[in-house]
Amino acid sequence: MRIRPLAWMSLPLIAGGVTIGCRQDMQDQPKYIPLRSDNFFADGRSARPVPEGTVARGLLRADKVFYTGKMGNDFIDRIPFPVNRDVLLRGQDRFNVYCSPCHGRLGNGLGMIVRRGLKRPPSYHIDRLRQVPLGYFYDVITNGFGAMPDYAMQIAPRDRWSVAAYIRVLQYSQNASINDVPAEMRGELPSQNAPAAEGPKK
Amino acid sequence: MSQIFHHSTNTFSRLSIFGGIFILAFLVWAWAELNASDYATRAKVPVEQPVPFSHEHHVGGLGIDCRYCHTSVENSSFAGIPPTKICMNCHSQIWNTSAMLEPVRTSFRSDESIRWIRVHDLPDYVYFNHSIHVAKGIGCTSCHGPINKMPLTWQQASLQMAWCLECHRHPERFVRPRSEVFNVTYQPPANQEELGRKLVREYKIQSLTSCSTCHR
Ligand code: HEC
Ligand code: HEC
Ligand code: HEC
Ligand code: HEC
Ligand code: HEC
Ligand code: HEC
Repeated sequence: MRIRPLAWMSLPLIAGGVTIGCRQDMQDQPKYIPLRSDNFFADGRSARPVPEGTVARGLLRADKVFYTGKMGNDFIDRIPFPVNRDVLLRGQDRFNVYCSPCHGRLGNGLGMIVRRGLKRPPSYHIDRLRQVPLGYFYDVITNGFGAMPDYAMQIAPRDRWSVAAYIRVLQYSQNASINDVPAEMRGELPSQNAPAAEGPKK
Repeated sequence: MSQIFHHSTNTFSRLSIFGGIFILAFLVWAWAELNASDYATRAKVPVEQPVPFSHEHHVGGLGIDCRYCHTSVENSSFAGIPPTKICMNCHSQIWNTSAMLEPVRTSFRSDESIRWIRVHDLPDYVYFNHSIHVAKGIGCTSCHGPINKMPLTWQQASLQMAWCLECHRHPERFVRPRSEVFNVTYQPPANQEELGRKLVREYKIQSLTSCSTCHR
């Protein structure tokens, strides 16, 4: 039989032909994954904005004090939920991520971006800012202030309060004297001339 | 009839029958290597973007935390690509006349998204989730490599199934303390195995290798 070897030899060709027909349908399924674009909508975004006048589940902002930091027209000077160590640590974490690039880890207004030419923000440790109520910090984060952009998109409302609480912590700590430290813990402090931890370390 | 081939060719024919196995084995090996190569997985190739955004500058130079821009990485499957507004937090004042940043300003004015080119792209039949990895102490650089040294972003790992499984089988080789997850300069200590086993117990890390973990 002459045909045999020929048939064998054509096998790779057939195999090749079959796989050329292969498609990537499972790789690229017709579904939306986050930020995938779609020409169905004029702006090309598959993530749709919330229609005007509607409230998404879980985003009802009925508690005005919590979401604006104001009681009537005045800023409140308390955190609208119980504050414990975890809240302060959370505030520290968020502060170091979102605020320290400009305000510095100590809140003195000497962050990295300021050193690269951004307008220098006031230090948190000036008298005026030590007197402002906590609700004011919440408001600055939510709505911005002057040359400072708002951080409403990046920080959830509860975390904004944690940051506000942490700013108070910074203010206390930067104006503390040795007498504020319980006597039995003074030994744990680094010596006076130890360099202060400053700037983003990462 | 006289012989067509000389006697000595017998050795050649025996050799080639025998050698065929090796040739076949070589071809299979070469195919497997090629499949896992950076060429096939598109790894380590810097991707051109509409704006030449540099992690080297922003992360390595300025020390901005990943979460400043990739805001949802801790609590969602998707790490998030920053909207133009986040760039403008700084670039409304810094480098605000640079031609390089013109697409950012145009996007901000016109409310039209910047179309970043995907660097990583798993097939749609694979489920991946950032939040669990971050919560269990797997650092960004374990998967994304030296991001603080990338002037243009590239994919460091192969993203093949074998790569995922290597870690899912032996998480103790890669896990780090939770406080170091976002630290781009973290180096695993010499006693990684020992520390790893301790953290695996502490964070209750399971070894997830069943198919339905990732194909669901
Ligand atoms: C991109 C840099 C930048 C970042 C990041 C930033 N700020 Fe500011 N901030 C500024 C600048 C600039 C000012 C001064 C604004 C002015 O006076 O026009 C300022 C001012 C302030 C003030 C003082 C307002 C006053 O009455 O003088 C507060 C409080 C403040 N920022 C809080 C925060 C908090 C909290 C965060 C983190 C969530 C934060 N900032 C992040 C740049 C920044
Ligand atoms: C100043 C904002 C900013 C910061 C900070 C930042 N990134 Fe990015 N990142 C971006 C932008 C914009 C892109 C999209 C353009 C690109 O791929 O280079 C991106 C893309 C990426 C990608 C590729 C995404 C894809 O398309 O697959 C990875 C991975 C990534 N970033 C990881 C990190 C890690 C890890 C950190 C922290 C060490 C970090 N980024 C910090 C802005 C930022
Ligand atoms: C927290 C502030 C900050 C944010 C947010 C930020 N940048 Fe920058 N960017 C800078 C600074 C500061 C420089 C100047 C770099 C230097 O001096 O090393 C810069 C420089 C640049 C440059 C100039 C070229 C280069 O690599 O040096 C480009 C392009 C750029 N940024 C793009 C972006 C994009 C796109 C985004 C949004 C995803 C972004 N930046 C978000 C602070 C920021
Ligand atoms: C276990 C490995 C792993 C770790 C740890 C990890 N990533 Fe990723 N990352 C991936 C994979 C895989 C993809 C591709 C996802 C896809 O294509 O669906 C990805 C994609 C991304 C993207 C593109 C957007 C997206 O979600 O698809 C960004 C941005 C990103 N990672 C940032 C980060 C940051 C920041 C961290 C650290 C907090 C981090 N990643 C940690 C594996 C990892
Ligand atoms: C460097 C280590 C590492 C790599 C690489 C890695 N993972 Fe994981 N993965 C983990 C750890 C640790 C967990 C947590 C296990 C647990 O739940 O205890 C996990 C959990 C998961 C889960 C479970 C999430 C859930 O909600 O149940 C999925 C899905 C997953 N990984 C997918 C992937 C995929 C897909 C890849 C490859 C693209 C990958 N992982 C690569 C370490 C890794
Ligand atoms: C840790 C996550 C993970 C687990 C567990 C996993 N896979 Fe996968 N699988 C992947 C990823 C990621 C890919 C995509 C590989 C690529 O793009 O090259 C993949 C691809 C595949 C493919 C497509 C062929 C290929 O390699 O490209 C098959 C078939 C497959 N997996 C079967 C399985 C089976 C069967 C199991 C259970 C024994 C399993 N997978 C378990 C992550 C996983």
